[in-house]
Amino acid sequence: MEPILLRARGTPNSRSIVTYHEAGGYESLRKVLGLQAETVIEEVKKSGLRGRGGAGFPTGVKWGFVPRDLPKPKYLICNADESEPGTFKDREIIRVDPHMLLEGIIISSYAIGAHVAYIYIRGEFYSEAVILETAIAEAREHGYLDPNVLNSGFAMDIHIHRGAGAYICGEETALIESIEGKRGQPRLKPPFPAVVGVFGCPTVVNNVETLASVPHIIERGGEWYASIGTERSTGPKLFSVSGHVKKPGVYEVPLGTTFREIIYEICGGIRGDKQLKAFIPGGSSCPILPADKVDIGSDFESVAEAGSMLGSGGLIVMDETVDMVWALENLLAFYAHESCGQCTPCREGADWALDVVRRIRRGYGRPEDVDTLLRIARFASQGMTICPLGDAFCEPIRSFLAQFRHEFEAAIESARPLPPKKQPVLPVRPGHGDFGL
Amino acid sequence: MGQQLTAPITVTPPEQLREVRFDDVMETSINEILVRYPTAQAALLPLLWLCQEKWGWISPGVTAAVAERLGLSPAFVEGVTSFYTMFLRRPPGRYVLQVCTTLSCQLCGAGGLVDHLKAKLGIEFGETSADGRFTLIDVQCLGACGEAPILQINNDYYTDLDVERLDELLDGLK
Ligand SMILES: Cc1cc2nc3c(=O)[nH]c(=O)nc-3n(C[C@H](O)[C@H](O)[C@H](O)COP(=O)(O)O)c2cc1C
Ligand code: SF4
Ligand code: FES
Repeated sequence: MEPILLRARGTPNSRSIVTYHEAGGYESLRKVLGLQAETVIEEVKKSGLRGRGGAGFPTGVKWGFVPRDLPKPKYLICNADESEPGTFKDREIIRVDPHMLLEGIIISSYAIGAHVAYIYIRGEFYSEAVILETAIAEAREHGYLDPNVLNSGFAMDIHIHRGAGAYICGEETALIESIEGKRGQPRLKPPFPAVVGVFGCPTVVNNVETLASVPHIIERGGEWYASIGTERSTGPKLFSVSGHVKKPGVYEVPLGTTFREIIYEICGGIRGDKQLKAFIPGGSSCPILPADKVDIGSDFESVAEAGSMLGSGGLIVMDETVDMVWALENLLAFYAHESCGQCTPCREGADWALDVVRRIRRGYGRPEDVDTLLRIARFASQGMTICPLGDAFCEPIRSFLAQFRHEFEAAIESARPLPPKKQPVLPVRPGHGDFGL
Repeated sequence: MGQQLTAPITVTPPEQLREVRFDDVMETSINEILVRYPTAQAALLPLLWLCQEKWGWISPGVTAAVAERLGLSPAFVEGVTSFYTMFLRRPPGRYVLQVCTTLSCQLCGAGGLVDHLKAKLGIEFGETSADGRFTLIDVQCLGACGEAPILQINNDYYTDLDVERLDELLDGLK
């Protein structure tokens, strides 16, 4: 496939507006400014574009939820929090082609009737925030961000809002709280952000990759976009591939490309020519799949049918040497650290699950531990919590146990007897590195 | 990678941060921030960043000044500051080393880097070396897993590290 989102990768000075213009940049914006907003939304609906931030919700449909007649400002938020372990594609887009993202944001704002957009970027992405600041300054100079964009009468500006180290701020309502100057704690839905979002106003939150796809859809048409990929998962998709492959990195493929092709052809196969043991197809919150599922397609439907989720396309590859008890412990440490603490099942459940898996790994597992883990996974997911972070740590528990239960049981069976009369020493969780604490 | 060496943080000692005032330069920046949002409260995170860039960390005195400037209570500002791990509420070393310990980095040898860092610097996670040079922190996925393992030093990412490159890098930071 010809590169689309990554077409500027390898071009010298790809970030500059001059280079972007040479590649036809900002022509889509010019085209859009002469159209009705509804026409733009229709074109995006026709493309079949589905959100690239994790949930895969149809973008055009989401835009359609914004109540246009409400006499309140509307806002667009670009979600550049990119914190799902295994995901690093949005960073690539920003580093390679920031103007493509800005053009997408301006067009999308036009479509939903917003005049201000915020880019919420994770605090660690400092140099990426600087890249965006520079690009925004260039766009202002050229009149793309202006009280009267290219003399069309449309007013538009974009501001960068830096996060400060909290995974949960990637969740759209936590992100909104964070922009408002609060702790990043998710809100109960409904109301949905499309109606009551940031500053109490209708708000659309879209992922970087989603927004960056929009100029291409406008340039070449929704039908062209829909002709790429599968029938229900349209378009090209960036996969962030990490772990035990020879050539990790960000790759663009049509949705539906098999994981075998991504891992063995595009990424050159498994490091040291070892055997593939398992892979997580869409970022750490998605269920792990065993090696024999490597021939499935990477479209939303095939991955769901195989029992996992496409998520954000963060493909984590593990070879035969990986100890699954250790891997689950690592993931649970992440979620225990990142729970925002509002809901008891999530806050306590993630900590308990981590403690249980940690004691199994350290050789103090108990026969009932597998059941305990499954019980925790039941009580912290599926509607028991305010946001889906509950599910995000329960899915790994369930799927690791479904696929690799024998490894957990073997570790428990060979557990060391506890020293007489001593209760098991539950590991004291280290300070989590929260230097602020 | 031929990357420029990271500049040290200017860490203002606690006794100079008991009470702070914003000078004219900062006031200009604050006003630039305020116009981006319909509420003053929304300027909180950007203003905390501004303060941390200037003084190196967020002392109780800084919290109080920020609160007053935005019309918030110091307790509220403290609540927000403590939620976000990147806001430092104790004075750090001149170089804050944040090593990613999440899965993809661990699959690519981050564990070895961590052991090496701890042994070399003689500190644990959350501690600062006696000479005030380094603070060591373990962090969750830095969003660059394809270049694992990764160390963030102040604002910069250092990727594809091994022990040798790490040594070279740290020795260059004064
Ligand atoms: C715990 C959690 C973390 C999330 N992190 C991100 C993230 O880092 N980036 C992102 O784009 N979406 C993230 N999302 C999804 C957002 O809530 C939201 O659905 C998305 O930004 C919508 O954009 P899209 O429709 O373009 O995908 C996260 C969701 C949850 C529940
Ligand atoms: S599920 Fe967890 S992260 Fe989400 S709101 Fe509840 S406590 Fe916070
Ligand atoms: S796991 Fe280390 S950067 Fe993602």
